[in-house]
Amino acid sequence: MSIRERLSGNEAIAYAMKQINPDVMGAYPITPSTEIPQYFSTYVDNGEVDTEFIAVESEHSAMSTCIGAQAAGARAISATSSCGLIYMAEMLYVAASNRLPITLAVCCRALTGPINIHNDHSDAMSVGDAGWVMLFAENNQEAYDNYLQAMRIGEAVSLPVMICQDGFITSHAIENIELVETEKVKEFVGTYKPEHYLLKKGEPMAVGAFGMPAYSMESKRQQAQAMIDAKDVIRKVSDEFARMTGRQYGLIEKYRMDDAEEAIVIIGSSAGTARECIDALRAQGKKVGMVKVRSFRPFPAEDLVDALKNVKVFAAMDKDDSCNAHCGPLYAELCAAMYAAGVNGPKGINYIYGLGGRDVTVDSIGRVFAGLEEIAATGEVGETYRFLDVRE
Amino acid sequence: MNDTIEIRWHGRGGQGAKTASLLLADAAFNTGKYVQGFPEYGPERMGAPITAYNRISTKRSTIHSNIYDPDYVVVDETLLNAVDVTAGLKQDGAIVINSGKSPQEIRPMLKGYKGRVCTIDAGKISEQELGKNFPNTPMLAAIVKVSGVVQADEFVKDMEASFQHKFASKPQVIEGNMRALKRSMEEVQEG
Repeated sequence: MSIRERLSGNEAIAYAMKQINPDVMGAYPITPSTEIPQYFSTYVDNGEVDTEFIAVESEHSAMSTCIGAQAAGARAISATSSCGLIYMAEMLYVAASNRLPITLAVCCRALTGPINIHNDHSDAMSVGDAGWVMLFAENNQEAYDNYLQAMRIGEAVSLPVMICQDGFITSHAIENIELVETEKVKEFVGTYKPEHYLLKKGEPMAVGAFGMPAYSMESKRQQAQAMIDAKDVIRKVSDEFARMTGRQYGLIEKYRMDDAEEAIVIIGSSAGTARECIDALRAQGKKVGMVKVRSFRPFPAEDLVDALKNVKVFAAMDKDDSCNAHCGPLYAELCAAMYAAGVNGPKGINYIYGLGGRDVTVDSIGRVFAGLEEIAATGEVGETYRFLDVRE
Repeated sequence: MNDTIEIRWHGRGGQGAKTASLLLADAAFNTGKYVQGFPEYGPERMGAPITAYNRISTKRSTIHSNIYDPDYVVVDETLLNAVDVTAGLKQDGAIVINSGKSPQEIRPMLKGYKGRVCTIDAGKISEQELGKNFPNTPMLAAIVKVSGVVQADEFVKDMEASFQHKFASKPQVIEGNMRALKRSMEEVQEG
């Protein structure tokens, strides 16, 4: 029997960490992720876990700590947000290229400026090329479930994993949640048995070695292959998780897409808000649906093309702006996926939305579908680079 | 009860509106409901107006936005001039105000709001029963009574159990809180 509880997203992540009892946490506090190491440190203090908690002076050092620990053969974790994540950026690349399956909980928050503590995805998207697996959660339940699956995924392909949720919107909201019993969690996550690690007796090794042009690119190619391989690993781990909990995940989730003609593609907490809007529009007979991206890295190109190939029009929703006078990251990669697959039937537009905590309501999503309906009716796409609910 | 009850709390930073919203979520959760309890964080400082929200429903609400058309608003009297507390408040809903005044005295301050106006002197009850101004418990009891979001007897039983857990080493605090809770449910005025 699962455990019926009510927890905030941050409490849920800290609880998952407690159930897993990793070897090392290196952490530095930053809003809105601060509660994660705060709650976890009380578990350490109470002796509920035997994790080595290493309080450091910066996020750069937090990730460095995790790299050292994981390279030594330990399971290492951290948590951060916003400027903290990009202050880690240098070490994020080191973690991924050294193939260290560290787990990092991210409460997504806007990057400065204006100085803003609220949610958008500018922090996570800005490190989207660092080589980490990146899973996004719609609510506290998914944040918890993704966390329980993260080590299995990362350790199978030797890549680090970011478990992203929306700062404040889910990190600080109390909602119902079904927890998995700790014995089952421990059995599911298993123990970490790396093939190579620094403290392995009789096998001296170098970590973080210099790479000359003669070999550096082969190293990067192997890293790319690990990310390609991660797609199937995520599916398999998700299937196994579903057998344990009944909650099925994949790289994407399709909502009311079977006969949909107009669709949005979205990441994170606003997917929940969109469900309500879609249900209301469906009740009016409109053929609308949603595709939610759970895995942003690896990018689910084939799954997205398959989900969208028969719609008339879609909107890719980016909670981040690439400041490129063109579009946000989700739209760019989605369009590349459609073009590469030779799918050119659907028309697609991009919305930049929810920046710096701009509230995204059911009506906001309704305005997106109104825009899509107009395109479907007239065949005129108009401006593809759009901003939702902004005064200008 | 509607499928989803939406409640908006207006308080002042450090005075417990967020905590009260989480306590209400707890109380509803304990009676089998789906709950959301979340604060709207601003540039927080003690005494500045803050907002917190609840969605309480019989099936899980997936919406993750603030609440603009609440069924109920809970507010401290000192905020009536500072914040547009009845904005979007449903006319068939209610506003619960922490005040020593009567609903009739308060209504003219509510910009023509036509729904139920309820007052409770949570500060006085708290000072008399707990010796300090902790208006959370009486305010929570008042909104439960007014909204019916949790059945009154279930709520009282559940709160007693949670106080016994929370204040195991301070039984006199349990009694004070329970008296404050019950008095508030009896003394809340509607007009």
